[in-house]
Amino acid sequence: MSTITHTGALRRPPPIVTRFLVLAALFAVWEAASRAGYVSAFILPPPSAIFQSFEMLFVHEGLVAAFLRTFAEAFAAAGIGSLIGVAVGYTLHRVKIAGRAFTGWVAASASAPLVLLYPLFLVIFGRNSATIVAMGVVGCMPPIILKTKEGLDNVRPVLLNIGRSFGLTPWKQFWMIQFPAALPTIFNGVRIGLLFAIINVVGVEYLIVFGGLGQLISDLGDRFEIPGMYAGILFVILVSVCFFFITEKIETWLLSSK
Amino acid sequence: MTPVLRIKDVAKTFWTPNGGVRALEPISLDIRQGEFISIIGPSGCGKSTLMNIVGGLIEEYEGEVLVDGAAVRGCHKEIGMVFQEESTFPWRTAIDNVAFPLEAAGVPRHERLKRARELLKLVGLDGFEQRFPSELSGGMRQRIAIARTLAFQPRILLMDEPFAALDEQTRLLLGDKVLQIQQELNQTTMLITHNIAEAVQLSDRVLIMTFRPGRILRVVEIDLPRPRSSKLMGGEKFGQYVAAIWEDLRDEASKGLQEMEGARTG
Repeated sequence: MSTITHTGALRRPPPIVTRFLVLAALFAVWEAASRAGYVSAFILPPPSAIFQSFEMLFVHEGLVAAFLRTFAEAFAAAGIGSLIGVAVGYTLHRVKIAGRAFTGWVAASASAPLVLLYPLFLVIFGRNSATIVAMGVVGCMPPIILKTKEGLDNVRPVLLNIGRSFGLTPWKQFWMIQFPAALPTIFNGVRIGLLFAIINVVGVEYLIVFGGLGQLISDLGDRFEIPGMYAGILFVILVSVCFFFITEKIETWLLSSK
Repeated sequence: MTPVLRIKDVAKTFWTPNGGVRALEPISLDIRQGEFISIIGPSGCGKSTLMNIVGGLIEEYEGEVLVDGAAVRGCHKEIGMVFQEESTFPWRTAIDNVAFPLEAAGVPRHERLKRARELLKLVGLDGFEQRFPSELSGGMRQRIAIARTLAFQPRILLMDEPFAALDEQTRLLLGDKVLQIQQELNQTTMLITHNIAEAVQLSDRVLIMTFRPGRILRVVEIDLPRPRSSKLMGGEKFGQYVAAIWEDLRDEASKGLQEMEGARTG
């Protein structure tokens, strides 16, 4: 029995290894295709060239500063978006008619490319950080609103009855029972909202050529620094993926400890 | 002597678009200080409705509920409730769960933790103060819920099938715990149950209810010596009480069953 388990374990590597192997295989095929001349190295440079230009990005192009700026803007957006989103979500939960009227629209807006609203914000705020943060706020709000409403709607009635039987005021009922009970779901919404904010912030930076990583990628493209541009894109993807996993871990940790 | 709890002609009709459903016919009942009353009946006899009326969760009903002679409507600090479903707060540790009603009432931290610690000890959970409910068994969580309600120091403790979700052995041991608490605190208790043995084991009086619309079919005085424990269940007299109650309950239970099956096939 133990032998079977043992060989089984050998045959099936952990998922993380599989994921990296798939990625490595993809890069190998890409590299080979590029070197053999099937793909124009100008349009799609080989991975080796892209990896090499990372050094250039770090040393000469201020990648770290651009990264910090983008993430500061994304976090600011998610922070503001959380405050507004939780308040709106609470209203949609509390005022039933508003919930019925607007929830569908909020859900629909989550799947719409809100980043295209940037000209409007450009007119309101000008070509500066405010526009970028505002776009991030708009992008992150739908999941936060929806998850807040969902979390509050799904608090188990027995917990609310406990509060009522102890004679809690509506305010205490909210702060001591409803809100903590809904918090895991709300956190989930904030986490998705943060990812949406990153997407929107980088997108708007790219479109208005201002600020952090988005501007950097746009600049490199304009200068035909193609391997550098791809390195920049790859960096954004890598950071987003890491971010996704880290926040997922935090969420599981928070849920398991409470 | 005025009874602690007086239920006076309490009746309830639920209104639906298809008309009214009479859940409770007028029920009257007096409960003395320190008395343990069980209400037993088939599913759908309105026993949980009665409990929710007395506990104040249902505010629209006919009749009156009086505590110490004064009419009450809505939730009342003299009446504490324990529910059938899992009701501990998963984000609070055992001790913070028990201290919850004291915290809501603004009792200083030191004092409420002291009180919560005593109550955890009373329900046999000392040493588990800092555990979260997810780390504890169903029986332990239900004991936390009972301790939490006791922390509120209610004159009357209402329990709606608090052991229904537990396995038989845990249920018996928890029954012993409830008996011990009731004896130590002289706690007036009203228990809703559909378990006949549990009702006989714990109660001074067992009220048998009819199928919908619920009314009191019979009141059985349980003349068994106290202090009691689950050891009682082997006795001859115990068996007689259980048999007698089942005799009354049988017809009502089968009416309930027929109606449910009728609803399913029809």
